[in-house]
Amino acid sequence: MKQANQQDSQLGTVGEGLEQRGVTRRDFLKFCTAITAMLALPPSMVEVMAAAISKAKRQSVIWLSFQECTGCTESITRSHSPTLENLIFDLISLDYHHTLQAASAEAAELSRTQSMKENEGKYLLIVDGSIPMGNPGYSTIAGMSNYDMLVETAKGAAAIVAVGTCATYGGIPKADPNPTGAVSVGDIIKDKPIINVPGCPPIPVVMTGVLAHFLTFGNIPELDNLGRPKSFYGETIHDRCYRRPFYDQGKFAQTFDDEAARKGWCLFKLGCKGPVTYNACATTKWNDGTSFPIQSGHGCIGCSEPNFWDAGPLYQALSMPASATTAMLGGAAAGAVITWHNRSIKSAAKAAHSKVTVQELTREEK
Amino acid sequence: MSATLAKGINSFKDVIDAPIASFFSSCVHCGLCAEACLFYTETGDAKYTPIHKLEPLRRVWQQEYTLLGKLGKALGLSKPITDEELAEWEPLVYDSCTMCGRCAMVCPVGNDLTYMIRKMREGMSASGHAPADLVGATTRAVNLGSPMGIKWPAVLAQIKHVQDETGIEVPVEKSGVDYLVLMSSMEIINFPEYLSALSRIFKQAGVSWTLAQDAFEATNSGIQIGASDLAREIVSRIVIAAERLKVKCVISPECGHAFTALRWEGPNLMGKAYTFDVKHILEVLDELRSAGKLKTNGKDKRPLTYHDPCQIARRGGVIEQPRHILGDIAADFREMPDAGKMNWCCGGGGGVSANSRAEPLRLEVFKHKKGQIEATGVKTLVTACANCRIVMEESLEHYHMKVEVIGLTELLAEYLVEDKAL
Amino acid sequence: MNHLDLLTFARGTALNWALVIFVLGITLRLFEIFGLGRKADLAKPRSNSCGNGWRTMFTRSLPPEGMLKREPVTYIAGYIFHVGLLAVIFLFAPHIEFFRSFFGFGWASLPSALVDALVVASILALGVLLAHRLNNPVKRMLSGFGDYLAWAATLLPLLTGYMAYHHLMFEYTLMLALHIFSVELLLVLLPFTKLFHTFSVFISRWYNGDIFGRKGVAS
Repeated sequence: MKQANQQDSQLGTVGEGLEQRGVTRRDFLKFCTAITAMLALPPSMVEVMAAAISKAKRQSVIWLSFQECTGCTESITRSHSPTLENLIFDLISLDYHHTLQAASAEAAELSRTQSMKENEGKYLLIVDGSIPMGNPGYSTIAGMSNYDMLVETAKGAAAIVAVGTCATYGGIPKADPNPTGAVSVGDIIKDKPIINVPGCPPIPVVMTGVLAHFLTFGNIPELDNLGRPKSFYGETIHDRCYRRPFYDQGKFAQTFDDEAARKGWCLFKLGCKGPVTYNACATTKWNDGTSFPIQSGHGCIGCSEPNFWDAGPLYQALSMPASATTAMLGGAAAGAVITWHNRSIKSAAKAAHSKVTVQELTREEK
Repeated sequence: MSATLAKGINSFKDVIDAPIASFFSSCVHCGLCAEACLFYTETGDAKYTPIHKLEPLRRVWQQEYTLLGKLGKALGLSKPITDEELAEWEPLVYDSCTMCGRCAMVCPVGNDLTYMIRKMREGMSASGHAPADLVGATTRAVNLGSPMGIKWPAVLAQIKHVQDETGIEVPVEKSGVDYLVLMSSMEIINFPEYLSALSRIFKQAGVSWTLAQDAFEATNSGIQIGASDLAREIVSRIVIAAERLKVKCVISPECGHAFTALRWEGPNLMGKAYTFDVKHILEVLDELRSAGKLKTNGKDKRPLTYHDPCQIARRGGVIEQPRHILGDIAADFREMPDAGKMNWCCGGGGGVSANSRAEPLRLEVFKHKKGQIEATGVKTLVTACANCRIVMEESLEHYHMKVEVIGLTELLAEYLVEDKAL
Repeated sequence: MNHLDLLTFARGTALNWALVIFVLGITLRLFEIFGLGRKADLAKPRSNSCGNGWRTMFTRSLPPEGMLKREPVTYIAGYIFHVGLLAVIFLFAPHIEFFRSFFGFGWASLPSALVDALVVASILALGVLLAHRLNNPVKRMLSGFGDYLAWAATLLPLLTGYMAYHHLMFEYTLMLALHIFSVELLLVLLPFTKLFHTFSVFISRWYNGDIFGRKGVAS
């Protein structure tokens, strides 16, 4: 992929923008340090990043919203490091976004097509929401189906960031019985690099962090097998949960208002999906690092995992890989098979038995 | 037709049932059964460990009826049972096990090893690995009617002798009587006192009884050799006679394995419950005694002890009865250690006495009984099994011991109050 | 994988799978036994009460007269390690906590110092039993790989538990993980080795008591 600092000259560099807005170098370095830490890069990278971002041209970004609830956008507006203002005014040029752009109607669509033309092959496409495949009429923008718009916009994109569980895995629209035939971005676009940033919604700093990474290094971060950046989705909530020691000691809350719950013991038995959910909630937390669901006393619902809505009741403890009952039933089934086999051996032996006579007590060769 | 390995293995598969599977599953190889076995305690040879005698049967169970065994067999990890092995095991299963059941009483996990030996002998005999002497005895029992080849005329001669001696008529082929009396070959040939004692006792007690012409032999070689088909044929003679004569009860004589064969195995061999009762003679005598129909006078002054025949006591449940009777007629009755359900075998049960090959071993293991008898200091040994009696007589002679062995029934008859008016 | 991860694995996934194999294996083996069936006994019993079987199930835990004198090592060492093992498994406070988390209820525990002494006694008894197994001609003849495997699988949890409790050899977390792994090994082996007698002993004793009981003999 091409480096971001070789962007079209039409956009000013990030450094120029910062200067215009009176951002001090001290503040800028603080920002770079935060991003570096978030991406789990060594401290030496702060300077590199500062230099790279200063020289970088502001990245052209087109944001498409399909079958979604605007929760992802709501979430990103609460980003605190970098703030959305930082992002929009300093780092990127947000050329198209239903909710945030000032233009409307034909003017709005014009800004999308214009940006696509001017930054062909260089713009970043962000998508939230799933795409209905059942009937194009389920969701349209300016008379254009979501599918057509995605395919058209993706064609000239440098990379695609799918934000939210709907865009990444189909999300709630795809939940059984999936009336609209919802699919994810990755189900449709196969020829562009896609970064999946799942979550319902995704953590704001994770979204901005991924953008910052792309901006800084001009490439996509290391991804796991589900297309998620490893730096944010490398570990389960459970792995990093501050209640983990209680789990290890076997201390569990049995109800939401028992003594154990008040003591802050593990919520596993109340259905917490932390052990099977890969996300950064337990470390970055939400609302400027204030808290996250488990800290506020509710188990993780696993919203950043594929098909989370259909993965069993929210308040039912994660079943162990197999329960005692299952094992017993398995044993009984295996036992029934072996009993049947044993019985057939035994009845074959009975059938093969020929009445023993006194002549048959000795062997012929004797 | 002949015996083959395949028939033997087939029998093993046929006889293995839930109890046997549980016994083999439970065995922890603690070796305590050896300490209960006469053949180990007297020889110190580990191969006589009871559970070891069952090794071929255990392997068939494991290979055929357990998941891991099946896998091992399918993968060729476990060797199949061979003729050579069964030949090697033949003396262990027949010569060094009297099926006395002592090991089954001490096994900490509760394995009834005797139950398993009995079943294992089915496969051993079907594969042609039964001792020649037992095959001979069984053949005679099936073809001639008695393992010693005795026929009705011999019994008739015995009856005549008893009638002449006692002046009491011995009833034959009488229908509708209370008891059908059986005898063992040994009693007919070696111990005629039994029949004479019985006729005197029954006369005094006013009991109606009979002998049957086609069912006088109580012994069952088919049980000893472990061939159920033959055992069934032998026991069916008694069942048919008892049903024909409509008796209320069949009396098993002073013979251990005959009682086991008739009382416990018979109905299962026939596949139906009996329409009559089966009792050991000691049970009948004790019942008559309790009912006041049997009066004795005086007591034997000789110090004497009682040898519990394994099949009568431990595996027959007749333990108190002989002691009640001896209480009436013995002035100096002395118990041997472990008497009753934990008694030590004479060494000749379970077909061992009929197997001449086993004689040296049988005499060697008699040392235990010898020690027990010597410890009591008695010169008179009472028992209630003609086989125990003859085995012990031979063994006592072998060890030059001057101890007399007598049957309890005849001892009782000696002290019987006889009302000549009857 | 650091020690805590190892412990987490031992307590989580590994324990779970060990329990699955344990429960599945026990069920399978019980089917194997009972599935073979038992013919009804047509002989008229002297006593037809299933109480005979139940009685023998318990009375067989006591040595028959004279046997203690004949084989004191097997009996005494056997009692020590069986009683020790039972007490340690079910009456040690941390174990009761484990059962409580599992079943939702607990029971009274023995003082830890007493349990500690029992563990030492059990380990020594197992050592004596191994020596006896190697020296006694009967036991040696009967013994195969399975017997020594079962011996080791029984010893390991005692040994690692003792070492974890006393902070010996390895750092506590690692030792505790090893202790749990050794218990898991025991759980996995139990249904498929002679260790299965833990369960089948009650079946075989019942049959023994029933067979003898029908003949009027209390076995």
